[in-house]
Amino acid sequence: MAIARFWRENDSRYNMYGKKCGNCDKTYFPPRDMCPKCRRESMGKMKKVQLTGKGKVISYSIVHDGLPEFHMQLPYTIAIIELEEGARITGQVVDCNGDSVKIGSKVKSVFRKLGEEGKSGVIHYGYKFKLI
Amino acid sequence: MKEVAIIGIGETKIGELWEKSLRDLGIEAGFKAMEDAGISGADIDAMFVGNMSAGQLIDQEHVAPLMSDYSGMAEKNLPAIRVEAASASGGLALSQGYMAVASGVHDIVVVGGAEKMTDVGDETAGEILAKTADQEWEAVFGATLGSLYAMMARRHMKDYGTTKEQLAAVAVKNHLNGSMNPNAQFRRAIKPEMAINSAMVADPLGTFDCAPLSDGAAAVILAPLDKAKKYTDTPIKILSCGQAGDYMALHDRDSITRMDATIVAAKKAFKYAGLKPKDVQLAEVHDNYTISEIMAIEDLGFFKKGQGGKATQDGQTALNSKISVNTSGGLKAKGNPVGAVGVGQAVEAVTQLRGEAGERQVDKAETALLHNIGGTGSTAIVHLLGRLS
Repeated sequence: MAIARFWRENDSRYNMYGKKCGNCDKTYFPPRDMCPKCRRESMGKMKKVQLTGKGKVISYSIVHDGLPEFHMQLPYTIAIIELEEGARITGQVVDCNGDSVKIGSKVKSVFRKLGEEGKSGVIHYGYKFKLI
Repeated sequence: MKEVAIIGIGETKIGELWEKSLRDLGIEAGFKAMEDAGISGADIDAMFVGNMSAGQLIDQEHVAPLMSDYSGMAEKNLPAIRVEAASASGGLALSQGYMAVASGVHDIVVVGGAEKMTDVGDETAGEILAKTADQEWEAVFGATLGSLYAMMARRHMKDYGTTKEQLAAVAVKNHLNGSMNPNAQFRRAIKPEMAINSAMVADPLGTFDCAPLSDGAAAVILAPLDKAKKYTDTPIKILSCGQAGDYMALHDRDSITRMDATIVAAKKAFKYAGLKPKDVQLAEVHDNYTISEIMAIEDLGFFKKGQGGKATQDGQTALNSKISVNTSGGLKAKGNPVGAVGVGQAVEAVTQLRGEAGERQVDKAETALLHNIGGTGSTAIVHLLGRLS
């Protein structure tokens, strides 16, 4: 994948910046320029907000047959997390045995390596989650 | 709007077809459909081709004119249109062909769907499938398509008490149906234990909860209903079509145990046709994973939310039960050539409505439903087909 494609998302992937609709107060992650609930009324009112990264597990799966770049991590746990601010996000739950993750488990985000462009290419970073 | 009929159908065998290329497959299905309809190239006005990912799977873009050319239509300068909506590409090609005939712009239209998946390895194909979800905010973090459906399954189990045994019941039924379909990739019935104990792919989904990666193609010929009798004694009418969309990423949806795109597309299709779910005798639904079929039969209105697993286990979706679901074997057993799936569903429905399905024939088949999903449900297309009374 081209480097710029990762670089331009770094702000959100590093700092968990989302957007909050100034019309209905709903928070979105990743950032959107329009609120799907308010549409026109939200134009120009989407405010950048930093999310706490704390939330709970809505659902999860332990991946045994994964994408090639994740082979070294198999099996790993992927989850949909509902953040305190209401936005939902997909990410890995790490530093734990897959069996200890449950629906409703409380988690917080941690800054981790996501992948790399081959042995000598750039390293991609972003968020993963761990149990609290 | 003109009424539209399917006057011809054709399909290749589905499977790992090493000796056949994408163009071989597409043309084989197309010629079979033309022969079935009794038309020649001179009759055709346009071609719609459903294909998900030839660019990545066989390094070939622009596949619609390729199909048209190798079907012998280059000298006729036939307009050929590729349609893409991930695994709903075939269903979308059918709906676009339907609208082209209904509008009166074209008379005879060929709708094809083709995918060649085995020229890349399983891992690469899996990677390409994951791109039908949100690449930047799902796949980049390690979400495979299977793991996204696994999360739907886990939540469905938690909220409605759906069990691994009920998921397995979908695979068992579809393998039994597939054993009666000469074109199916897997023609072997399986026992529940085999499905329940299969190796984990994305917990709680195992190998037998997942449709395979397949090569294959299907084609149908469309014509205005008032001209259809010229070609066939058994035209099958397209009663309606409904399409709907949703958030691209699974996590953005209010619920991950239903697909709103399916619910809305089905409501539209039933409304346009003036029918209800109880009027349907057979449904080809998008069972790319076993949980998908359970959610589909709920979202389409055949069973109450949360009852799909139990209904399947109780045999209510078996051949000639309350509603016959995936008589072809579905994606699970007939196979999963992604861009061809939606057109293949139409081939099965027409075969059934004509009464030509042999040992897997549904009794008194009058109305059939087709349900095709793209990605994790950000596209849904529902067609209703009917026999002329």
